[in-house]
Amino acid sequence: MSTVLEAKHINKYFKKPVHFHVLKNINFSVKKGEFASIMGKSGCGKSTLLYILSTMDTDYEGELYLNNKLISGQDREHLSYLRNKHIGFVFQFHYLLSEFSVLENVMLPAKKLGEKSLKEIENDAMQKLKMLNIDHLAKKRASRISGGEKQRVAIARALINDPSIIMGDEPTGNLDSHNAENVFNIFKRLSDEQGLSLLIVTHDEDFAKKTDRIIQMGDGKILL
Amino acid sequence: MTNWSVILNIAKTHLLTKIKQTSTAALGVTFGISSYITLVCFMTGLNGMLDDLILNQTPHIHIYNEIEPSKRQPVSLFDNIKESFNVVHSIKPKRSQKKIHNALPIIDYLKANENVKGALPQIKTQIFYIAGSIELGGNLTGINPIDEAQLFNMSDYIVEGSAKDLHNTDNGILLGIGIAEKMSLKIGDRVQVSPINGGVFPLKIVGFYQSGIADLDAIQSFTNVKTVQRILGEANNYITDINVKLHDLEQAIPLSKKIEQQFNLTAIDIKTANAQFETGTTIRNLITYAVSVTLLIVAGFGIYNILNMLIYEKMNDIAILKATGFSGKDVQLIFMSQAMIIGFVGGVLGLLIGFGLASLIDTIPFQTEALPTVETYPINMNPVFFIIGFSFAMFSTFLAGYLPSKKAKRIDPVKIIRGQ
Repeated sequence: MSTVLEAKHINKYFKKPVHFHVLKNINFSVKKGEFASIMGKSGCGKSTLLYILSTMDTDYEGELYLNNKLISGQDREHLSYLRNKHIGFVFQFHYLLSEFSVLENVMLPAKKLGEKSLKEIENDAMQKLKMLNIDHLAKKRASRISGGEKQRVAIARALINDPSIIMGDEPTGNLDSHNAENVFNIFKRLSDEQGLSLLIVTHDEDFAKKTDRIIQMGDGKILL
Repeated sequence: MTNWSVILNIAKTHLLTKIKQTSTAALGVTFGISSYITLVCFMTGLNGMLDDLILNQTPHIHIYNEIEPSKRQPVSLFDNIKESFNVVHSIKPKRSQKKIHNALPIIDYLKANENVKGALPQIKTQIFYIAGSIELGGNLTGINPIDEAQLFNMSDYIVEGSAKDLHNTDNGILLGIGIAEKMSLKIGDRVQVSPINGGVFPLKIVGFYQSGIADLDAIQSFTNVKTVQRILGEANNYITDINVKLHDLEQAIPLSKKIEQQFNLTAIDIKTANAQFETGTTIRNLITYAVSVTLLIVAGFGIYNILNMLIYEKMNDIAILKATGFSGKDVQLIFMSQAMIIGFVGGVLGLLIGFGLASLIDTIPFQTEALPTVETYPINMNPVFFIIGFSFAMFSTFLAGYLPSKKAKRIDPVKIIRGQ
């Protein structure tokens, strides 16, 4: 099985307010189709790690490979492109552009990528929404839908460019158990049916237990 | 790789959902630009009018014989006392003729010069207007009326009658309006004039002259060159002044110097004669621009403020855009294009309103004794002002948008997302 994401000897320091070694020599990889979760106590550096893996944080030491290509040290413009094309994001808070409609929110990353025509993008977006059972919300303003619905819209947006990997920072952290269950099932289905790789940071033990693999972190190191 | 349609779409959505703030910012620009256009059109219009008042009538070079003392007194020609210190008391001006020697060949020579638009002969003389037993002192100037009208806008100052009437009437006179009022004269009447050396000549009034300068209008009258020559009993080559109009005003100084040297005459150029007008124009322009630039700077700060606030409000949006693959440059372009759209809309609106206001001012009646031909407030609608105004609108909004958008570019999405 091919590797989607690989981290080698990742070290990260916080310089302010005091010098602090957050991540200590992290080595791990995510394989294609793998549904992995990162668990650990608050402050152990799991979110920090996720943002390094997401290419948004470039202030670290070590090497990061996406689809077996080294992406550490590339310029921001190119990293933005990689993030756009290969990485989908789901956050704890829903982070939709509240002034745009649901459909426009989902379409935006694909429009930025600009590989498909507007018609195709719209078609794709509707398909993703249908898959998540929220196609009836397409024309609504993003600020007018419920929290669980917002999170599903965010997932649809993460999927629009058919990324290599989906990353989540506590995607169920702000949802009730019913909606959390729902989101998990969506992830599970994507992993099983479409062979999508997922890397989810979570506090929710029930959630983590159901994933293929749990990466336990503690004090800036990978324990398991 | 920049995807403009996406960027402009986001910018448009931001602007439309915050329509109140957007219009406030745009109105700031509109206000600045429209006041600039109105001010500058009005002020330069006034400037032009005031300059015309004097400069139009003024020749670019005025050539005449100056009455002055000899620069070299006879004593300095005497070799024996060359090394000694001389004091000459009570120097009198040199007796010389008022007439320009060889005036007609000089006029022909000047007309042949390619810089010269025209060279016109004049005869200036003092006369008395005789009304019963009262003698009023005055000036009579002999002119070629048709040429004067053409080159020096003489017709603008003829309130009744015309230059052509004067040209066609032998023994005609174009009387200063001040004298006409004093003597209760009207067109078709005869006025008697007497030159200093005696004799009385009746002249027929063909029109009235009003320069706008009351003192001048109370003494000055015009007639044909030939008529003056006849009154003075001089030959037809008797010319006291030559007025030269040039194609390019800048040539006035060098040409006047050349004429002085070549013909041993006095030649005064327009710049030396009317230096104070240039100063007035410069200062009025300075005030206009200072006021307009202040207005535009205030508008610029308005835009800066509103964009700054917008960026604080849109922190989350910026973070999510960056997380989903928009680069810092894209985000900067989104906010820059918002500023430029505000500047463009506000600027165009400002130009239109400025044009409207200026046109309105152009129709307001403005009647004054001093300016017989002016009926409404003068407006100078120069397209250059519109180009300057629009460029300034774009430039100031660019600056006002640049700093906040630069901040948006640098926002670290991780900090925003984790900070929640």
